[in-house]
Amino acid sequence: MTVVVSSTEKNPVVPTARSLGQGLPFFQRRTVREGIWIGALTALVTFGSFLLLFPVYFMIVTSLKTQGASFLLPMKWLPGIQYVPQWENYGEALRFMKWQTAYTNTMVVAVLSMAGDVVSAVLVAYGFARFRAPGKNLLFGLVLSTLMVPQIVRLVPEYLGFSRLGMSNTFWPLILPAWFGSAYNIFLLRQFFTTIPIEMDQSAQIDGAGPMRVLWDVLLPQIRPALAVVLIGSFTYNWNDFFRPLIYINSPSLRTAALSLSAFQAVYGGTPFHLLMAASLVNIIPLVVLFFTLQRYFIQGIVVTGVKG
Amino acid sequence: MAAVTVPGSRQATGVGALARKEALWFYVLISPWIAGFILFSGGPTIASAYLSLTHNDPVNWPPTWVGLLNYDVMFRDRLFWKSLQVTTYYTVLSVPLSVGFATFLALILNEKLPGMAAWRTIYYLPSIVTGVPVALMWNWIFQPQFGLVNGLLYDLGVPSSMLPKWLSDPPWAVPTFVIMSLWQFGGPMLIYLASIQGVPTQLYESAQLDGASKLRQIWHITLPSISPVIFFNGILAIISSFQVFTNAFVITQGGPNYATYFMVFMIYQNAFTYISNMGYADALAWVLFIIMLAFTAMAFRLQRHWVFYEAVVR
Repeated sequence: MTVVVSSTEKNPVVPTARSLGQGLPFFQRRTVREGIWIGALTALVTFGSFLLLFPVYFMIVTSLKTQGASFLLPMKWLPGIQYVPQWENYGEALRFMKWQTAYTNTMVVAVLSMAGDVVSAVLVAYGFARFRAPGKNLLFGLVLSTLMVPQIVRLVPEYLGFSRLGMSNTFWPLILPAWFGSAYNIFLLRQFFTTIPIEMDQSAQIDGAGPMRVLWDVLLPQIRPALAVVLIGSFTYNWNDFFRPLIYINSPSLRTAALSLSAFQAVYGGTPFHLLMAASLVNIIPLVVLFFTLQRYFIQGIVVTGVKG
Repeated sequence: MAAVTVPGSRQATGVGALARKEALWFYVLISPWIAGFILFSGGPTIASAYLSLTHNDPVNWPPTWVGLLNYDVMFRDRLFWKSLQVTTYYTVLSVPLSVGFATFLALILNEKLPGMAAWRTIYYLPSIVTGVPVALMWNWIFQPQFGLVNGLLYDLGVPSSMLPKWLSDPPWAVPTFVIMSLWQFGGPMLIYLASIQGVPTQLYESAQLDGASKLRQIWHITLPSISPVIFFNGILAIISSFQVFTNAFVITQGGPNYATYFMVFMIYQNAFTYISNMGYADALAWVLFIIMLAFTAMAFRLQRHWVFYEAVVR
């Protein structure tokens, strides 16, 4: 009998008669057992992914119904077959939430915050990664410990400060903090900087490069993926953020998309789930597209900050 | 570790000057963070501890010192106890479930199935969207009469009198929030996946030679090896579980009958919706912070029973 080592085994162990289950009934033999195992797992994973994505499918289905039809039982699942898709829901929902204003505001806040996030975190992380100074470890501990403090604890004093300065109901409170280095980004970029051999800095220094030139010419080109991680993280955070706009923004003309969405139902009245789902899907789609095009940066950011602890 | 100049004796004056220059550069580079710490994180944290000892509302400026009055009021405020109960109930329920769920899925997605990269992407997908659109989606899905869940249960033959009212039924409200939170396990799942793949393969090889089954390998090799990472992400899960806000604001407004009156929502209401005493909101925020730290400390105490640290030879 030929010995078949399953191709699913990354590091095949030298097969022994025992491990292959020779002499056992066929369903207990290793290859057959693995086949069953893989088949069962594939079925489980497939079922799980259906379960996971079904809520989104339900959003799409609802967004294409008339308001009346969204409340009909038994439910209809197949737009185009069971009912006529109401594509105009999207236009109506977007018009109602004044999408030009809402998304322009979101983009202004997101882009200016992204710039601040990346510039400040690069400088601070560079300092922590490459320079020795008294008190450095203490300060880095302080950076990390700020991750423990819930945002809500600092919120009232911050709010009072901004409103005393006449900055509430402007974009300043949403953008300005990003320019002072977020602990999370500092930690992430520092991790990336420390993976670059110090010899590269040193050889540039021997050539007469100062610290900023080392950063710009030697280090930044090598941490481009990390910069992408920071930019994407910052963008998605600002795109989704609801709490801070809710507190600082009052004027409808300054509402970000998240705020407009949450105000939608109250302003529209009733329960326009078909429009709410359409508007929500429109809000989600840019992030999904971004995720699919820049997937590896999303994942890198998560893994680097999460594994090291 | 990262040394730009050669570490050496400070007697040589040239080296001392270099070290001073290096330190100066360090402080210049991190100055944005220092300013941010004073203005936006450390400063406000301390200021809010002070403000929690004051009475302070938009009409009466500046804040007036009231000592521990806010705390005294809080401990006699029935809504505070209700809110605390809701929040801790959610934490106790959601943290173990979400950690367990993410670990389970990481173990499954670590198997070498056909098309695994695509499966991992799909399983991560829900985690990229958060906030208002997701809250609106859940609100619709758990709508008692026409929502997805009850619609399906009804189709499966569950009589309508038996259908849970989910978010409109006080006993069901917090468990429904937990279900909603379980949809977003992608971040921890990927982290566990990465650390599972870092477990040395020799460990599995020798276990296989000893005839250890798959489940025994997971139990005795994989889980102990990644337990520090699970622990670290469990801490993060505790911290974020104390900060539920968007769903409570968008979907339930703390209701029904305060069943989802989460602490952050209560603080928000006290600080920003009524013309009310912001000092009270600060006191609530600090108590929340301390409770969160207590839970974290408890997790650290429990870790020696299950977290396995390799002996590192230094």
